[in-house]
Amino acid sequence: MPVLNIKKFSFTYPGVDHPSLKDINLPIKRHKITALIGPSGCGKSTLLRSMNRIHDLYPGNKYEGKIEFTDTDKNISDILDIKKENEFIELRQKIGMIFQKPTPFPMSIFDNVAYGLKISGVKNKTELADRVEIALKGSALWREVHDRLDKSAMGLSGGQQQRLCIARAVAVKPEVLLFDEPTSALDPISTGAIEELIVELKKDVSIAIVTHNMQQASRISDYTAFMYLGDLVEYNKTENIFLNPQEKKTEDYITGRFG
Amino acid sequence: MRLLINKIFLGLSIFSALIGLAFLAWILTTLFIKGLGSFHFGLFLNDLIDGGLRNLIVGQFILAGIASLIGIPLGMAAGIYIQEYGRGRYADIIRDLSDIMMSAPSIVIGAFVYAVIVVPTGGTSGFAGAIALSIMMIPVVINTTDNMLSLVPRELREAGIALGASKYKVIIDIVIKAAKVGIMTGILLAFARIIGETAPLLFTSETSNYFSLDLTESFPSLTVSIYDLANEPEEASRDLAWAASFILTVLVLIINLSGRFITRNKK
Repeated sequence: MPVLNIKKFSFTYPGVDHPSLKDINLPIKRHKITALIGPSGCGKSTLLRSMNRIHDLYPGNKYEGKIEFTDTDKNISDILDIKKENEFIELRQKIGMIFQKPTPFPMSIFDNVAYGLKISGVKNKTELADRVEIALKGSALWREVHDRLDKSAMGLSGGQQQRLCIARAVAVKPEVLLFDEPTSALDPISTGAIEELIVELKKDVSIAIVTHNMQQASRISDYTAFMYLGDLVEYNKTENIFLNPQEKKTEDYITGRFG
Repeated sequence: MRLLINKIFLGLSIFSALIGLAFLAWILTTLFIKGLGSFHFGLFLNDLIDGGLRNLIVGQFILAGIASLIGIPLGMAAGIYIQEYGRGRYADIIRDLSDIMMSAPSIVIGAFVYAVIVVPTGGTSGFAGAIALSIMMIPVVINTTDNMLSLVPRELREAGIALGASKYKVIIDIVIKAAKVGIMTGILLAFARIIGETAPLLFTSETSNYFSLDLTESFPSLTVSIYDLANEPEEASRDLAWAASFILTVLVLIINLSGRFITRNKK
């Protein structure tokens, strides 16, 4: 049973006639990395941003179809049914997101990682400290920041800031992490560190990652979905997509004939 | 040829800049010469009735302080509304109105408060003066809050929402914090602006020769007293007006500079 199962999903932005995503069927498998690739404007970010309903920050979007979420206790719920504020909070604590540009909050390193925990109701100081430490260790950042947890997060390098954002998302123990081009604003060394980390995280969470970088998709992902103009063209094991694509469009894209 | 035009243009620019600066320097030197001539520390110890300025300086700060207590929360709340919650036409109307308010002549605001507060309550009062100043302040605070919040990247708000925070928590915990320095600087500049205002106070709080903390009566004001003193026939009164102007200028300068200082240190 995939952790997320997207069924007959269409999405329309407000004030637009045509849907940006049309009839998408896609599973996000448990403890695997699923890469969404495709040229700019193909809808891969739109799809990713539907999985935690972050679109709802801006009103007027239209969702059709289903995104079924199966949690660790095998309860199935449709993400698109969510209407109440507390359900949204619960959803977003279970399905975390990391953005293209690092987004450290203007507060200390510790408070950044503790932010989600405090929202989920963790008040005990020692528990907070423990879970912040675990999250930072899990994001390979602890060694670099353990002696300056009370310093502002804005003083970290870009790569460190992105790992901090991952730590912040991991701290609330999500089941799924959504990465929206997490390395496109980073240098190659930081990118390598983030990629290693994402692969490492697979044992605890299921991952969907949008990337422009096909090498990245082939390096880290288990499954790949190729999207084009709002359609899901092909979905398969990553090696099949890259070595033996079934669709002409997919082959053209991965061989660099367009994009 | 192009070089020549370039030189002419550069020359004109420098010339205009110098003219502007020359007038500024002229105003400041006159103020310093005349003001320093009649300045002595006794001014801070005596009230106007005894030839000092103590009650006026304290009064001016109380008026501006109360105006800030009213104006900052209202202005910030409105700024947050139009930037974070308001959508479409409604927010735009408030934004436009606020911009118009910002350029409203201060004497008009004074006359308005005179009509709606001073006349019905039967006389000038410190409250009326403070309210007039707060009306001057609100649009400036709205504008600053609106602008500074708009500089906070969208991703930062989304990151907060993506962690499960509700919208108001994201605004309070993250967005305002990210815009804090800019908003504080704007508020300080708004304060510096109202502390030097005369027209809104002229027929709302008037001024008083005595030390007073009673906001229901005419209230001591440095700026209004400068206006009154400058119109007196005696040399001594006019000297006092110069000294008061000097002190006011220095105060405004200090507030402005500290505003710049905060921004520079944080950036």
